[in-house]
Amino acid sequence: MPSDPKTGLRWSNWNLLLIVPLLMLITPWFNMDEPRLFGLPFFYWYQFAFVPIGVLCVGLVYVKTKDQPVVTGKPDKLGVDDLDEGAN
Amino acid sequence: MQWTELIVFSVLFLLVTVMGFVAARWQQGATLDHLDEWGLGGRKFGSWITWFLVGGDLYTAYTFVAVPALMFGAGALGFYALPYTVILYPIVFLPLVRMWSVSRVHGYVTPADFVKGRYGSHWLALIIAITGIVATMPYIALQLVGLEAVLRSMGLNGSGILGHLPLFIAFVILALYTYQSGLRAPALIAFVKDILIYVVILVAIIYLPSKFGGWSHIFGTAQAKFDATPSKADGILLTGTNQLQYATLALGSALALFLYPHSLTGILASRGRNVIKRNMVALPAYSLVLGLLALLGFVAVSAGTKPIVNQATGRPDTNTIVPELFGHNFPSWFAGVAFAAIGIGALVPAAIMSIAAANLWTRNVYKEYIKKHATPAEEAKQAKLASLVVKFGAVAFIVFVDPQFSIDLQLIGGVMILQTLPAVAIALYTRWFHVWGLVAGWVAGMGYGMWLLYTIGNPAVGKQHFAGSALPLGNISILGWHPFGGSTTQIYVGIVALFVNLLVAVIVTLIAKRARVFNGTDQTDPSDYHVDEDNPRVKPVAAH
Repeated sequence: MPSDPKTGLRWSNWNLLLIVPLLMLITPWFNMDEPRLFGLPFFYWYQFAFVPIGVLCVGLVYVKTKDQPVVTGKPDKLGVDDLDEGAN
Repeated sequence: MQWTELIVFSVLFLLVTVMGFVAARWQQGATLDHLDEWGLGGRKFGSWITWFLVGGDLYTAYTFVAVPALMFGAGALGFYALPYTVILYPIVFLPLVRMWSVSRVHGYVTPADFVKGRYGSHWLALIIAITGIVATMPYIALQLVGLEAVLRSMGLNGSGILGHLPLFIAFVILALYTYQSGLRAPALIAFVKDILIYVVILVAIIYLPSKFGGWSHIFGTAQAKFDATPSKADGILLTGTNQLQYATLALGSALALFLYPHSLTGILASRGRNVIKRNMVALPAYSLVLGLLALLGFVAVSAGTKPIVNQATGRPDTNTIVPELFGHNFPSWFAGVAFAAIGIGALVPAAIMSIAAANLWTRNVYKEYIKKHATPAEEAKQAKLASLVVKFGAVAFIVFVDPQFSIDLQLIGGVMILQTLPAVAIALYTRWFHVWGLVAGWVAGMGYGMWLLYTIGNPAVGKQHFAGSALPLGNISILGWHPFGGSTTQIYVGIVALFVNLLVAVIVTLIAKRARVFNGTDQTDPSDYHVDEDNPRVKPVAAH
């Protein structure tokens, strides 16, 4: 990834996919016994299903943002003086 | 004494011992007398090595023993380990590559190095370093609990100090090859550990459920067991009061994991940003294994497994559930393989944790306060000695103090390390927080978190303090006012403490900015956070 000398944050809308796996924290959606799969209560196999979902989301973000760094964010609010090195 | 198991275990243990010593010459750098080499393996690990190393580091023997034990004892709540390790990677995906880049440009070895560079405050760096060391120590001790659980299952269950002798021998060997080879030793051994773990879990998860009548029957017997207990909090599903605890425990644990210095060690040792990103995609393979393993807690219920009584403490130790399940239901040679998988699984993280703690000591205490102009060779020497001290400290903890104390401390450690989130993780993105805001937030979050943990008791096991991390919302009071009334809904203490930490940090930051208090000097440049391995700005490895 080429590196721009004066950029702060880089943002790609693909990054929003990283929020999807967090949906598995909403326990009322899956805290139930039925339907069962191979004898496993819904509670368990639903959460197992999130493993591939998580991999897919992170994988997509990796592939889609690999070659095209999007530069839209604003740089850190730093003055030139703040960048001085040497002071403790 | 179970001789077959013991022999298989010893052979595999011997194999990794040899590997540990040979590792010093594996992918050898110019010198081992530099923290980049001893403490970070030359900063050049590729995707595969990183996958095995970080996997071997995060999914520890204690995890493999404690998670099924929690399922066995408490039911569905123990399954939080799965959501924890699924949401972990999406959360840390972006911050970790920033951490890698800025560390690579400036030669940072520890998270506290970064904090010092970002805020120019060695005091803030010091509290981050001490938090890291204190939180890691009981974690190392817990690896010993995992190792000892298998040793005792193999019949090495002596009483008194002598009962700890096998553990002591195993740790002396570990200490010696870590001293010699540094991070390369656990990196190489992690290959053996992870392959053994995968084989054992896959066999266990295919063979054991069918042996005990299939999953339907297993969940049936587990349900029956929990119905029979007086406690209303257990069961094969979550209850009304522990759902919030389940979600916040998973979230808090995920936020905390890469704040632990040993997790970051594995990341900083990797070659480049893409190595880290690929690993964030591939590491959930271990989560799948962990989830399957958790279910073995219910299989143990079906199999009628009984925890063995620890001769040293005289109490039944639920951490022996999985070793006992394997020992009674596998042919003895395979049980030996399974024990070796757990035993070696303790060595890898214990080595990495001791290296990470040693790095913190050397970089942020020794070099900062004791010997300011230490040469790289002196730093490496100091770190090697510190790793020995850390490991023998952990052994002493297990031998001379009740192991329960380590478990309590690890619980506290998770809450503690979470309090470094604003200074380490948020600082990767912004310097909005004032250095005094971060210090004040740390003090508030730490103090409040410790106090909350102190107030949590569990009459069922006869403990009045530090009996868990589940806090009833009704217990939260602000100067006598209970915002949640008498609610019994539980929440993870770490999240509450982090909230208080952030609140105080924001308030103090606003005041400090109003008063125009000097906010330290930032040595990093915004572009530092995007530098990759091929960039000329990366600092040469092992140079000063």
